Amino acid sequence: MTRKYWLSIIILISVIYACNKDAITERFAGFQTPANFPEPAYHFSTNEITQNKFELGRKLFYDPLLSRNSTISCGSCHIQTSAFSHHGHNVSHGIDDKLGTRNAPAIMNLAWYNSFMWDGGVFDLDLQPVAPLTNHVEMDETMENVLKKLKASADYPSLFNKAFGEQEITTAAVLKALSQFMLMCVSSNAKYDSVKRGEGKAFTEEEQNGYKIFQQKCNSCHTEPLFTDNSFRNNGLTPTALDDKGRQLVTLNDQDAYTFKVPSLRNLGYTAPYMHDGRFYTLDAALEHYNSKVQQSATLDPLLKKETIPGIRLTDEEKKYLLVFLKTLDDPSFLKDKKLSEQ
Amino acid sequence: MKHILYTAIISLLIFSSCKKDNTNEYNSNNKGELSIEFDNIVGGENLALNTGSYTNSSGETYKITTLKYFISNISLGKADGTTYTVPQNDSYFLIEEGNEDADHASIEVPEGEYKTLTFMVGIDSLRNTKDVSERTGALDPAGTANGMYWGWNSGYIFFKIEGTSTASTADGNMFMYHIGGFGGYSSSTINNIKTVTLNLEPGGTPKVHQAKETNIHLMVDIAKLFDNKSHISIKEHAAVMFDAYSTTIADNYATMFRHDHTEN
Repeated sequence: MTRKYWLSIIILISVIYACNKDAITERFAGFQTPANFPEPAYHFSTNEITQNKFELGRKLFYDPLLSRNSTISCGSCHIQTSAFSHHGHNVSHGIDDKLGTRNAPAIMNLAWYNSFMWDGGVFDLDLQPVAPLTNHVEMDETMENVLKKLKASADYPSLFNKAFGEQEITTAAVLKALSQFMLMCVSSNAKYDSVKRGEGKAFTEEEQNGYKIFQQKCNSCHTEPLFTDNSFRNNGLTPTALDDKGRQLVTLNDQDAYTFKVPSLRNLGYTAPYMHDGRFYTLDAALEHYNSKVQQSATLDPLLKKETIPGIRLTDEEKKYLLVFLKTLDDPSFLKDKKLSEQ
Repeated sequence: MKHILYTAIISLLIFSSCKKDNTNEYNSNNKGELSIEFDNIVGGENLALNTGSYTNSSGETYKITTLKYFISNISLGKADGTTYTVPQNDSYFLIEEGNEDADHASIEVPEGEYKTLTFMVGIDSLRNTKDVSERTGALDPAGTANGMYWGWNSGYIFFKIEGTSTASTADGNMFMYHIGGFGGYSSSTINNIKTVTLNLEPGGTPKVHQAKETNIHLMVDIAKLFDNKSHISIKEHAAVMFDAYSTTIADNYATMFRHDHTEN
């Protein structure tokens, strides 16, 4: 009698436990490639997405403990409501309000990137957080101190143990957890995506006009569906007093002077200002740059040299339609995704 | 009976100790401890961090406050032409002046007499691109490699020297050379990985045995960093990091290693 009683309790507990587990798996879908996206570039084989690791990465992303004086987190300059960019700031504002030299890029669809930062200086997403964490005008901390602070905290040791199954918090675990959060920042539910995936939505006539112009004049660099071809190009911006030579700083190759990563055009509506130094506050200004302000130089991209006057001629009407189309790349659901928010 | 046993034990002991002394007999299945000591000097003087004052051939007086460099991918050659390569994971060392625990590389090698020593100054390009989980020990940016890794341009700093010189017009009369560059990941760029091979015969070949420790004592002459293939002026180059001139400095420092003697 007693044995039967215990047996049923054990069975009951197991059933409840199993149900619970199922429910969790259902809620956390892991990483999914949108139907209209290519295969991701990230090496998931060495960092398989799990709920514990992702949630740990999210906690780290929003934790100011990672900065030298515990004042700013990754999320301070990569704000979800601005598609994880630093809306309104031409260049990033780091620790003690120090200014960087470049615009904080949006964190989205990084799983499809094979290089990071405006100059591509980082070639593995797992190594990327080291740059802002240790930069003196960003978070100004050492990796050594980051580990020390995490090990001394009340909650991190058990969270790392739960996620990675290791007693000791390691550099690799911190970086891989942060990668998990960034990888999960997938923006793929703009109107453009719904149209492309045939989910019942269609472009308006104006959007369709803009799409045609886009395909003729923009798509060779801002290639669909990620709206970047991941290349580095000089788009003819006049160098400022800072004379930022972009990718040349990383390769030391003169042919790379003034080239920068082609940024994605997704979520443009939320990520102003534009360009690597945030010099354009509006999309009109950005389009006008291509129309009339492209600066001739030795490394200017060949695609901008096709006409006698460098650049891409755009009539006012074409610009109007392009702006209408570009709005279809805004993904409001990405900005509101609770899974990606500070908890 | 007891006597016979004692005699047998004593003679066995004598026999085995004799055998040990016979350096011609090596069992390559056994491994012995070998350390490679990096003794930093400046010309004819021992390097004294912070306090020592030195002058280069450009007439510039300088003091050294930091000196660190990576040694990796160690291999040893025998007279018969065979080479023993230390397993790569056990072959990364950060040498740091002023840190007694970091003035040598400790490795285990099969018993034998070795005539040449080869190592890299820096970190091989493959390891520079490996998964972060394989960057442990000397390569952990949060551990030993703290300050020896570029976050903004993924890669290790191979060689780091910092100091002061009245010739420097930089803040606090500082000079700093942070030298790295493994050739680039997707686009080719500077490669400052240097491989050094030293003939150990003139200074004495290491005879490695399981039962003892052997030490190869190298002198590392920082004076050659400034004056060798090229003459480097602190006034003209107070700060050299990831730029084309770094190759000139790396070409110089690749020649600063000399085998002094071996402690067998």
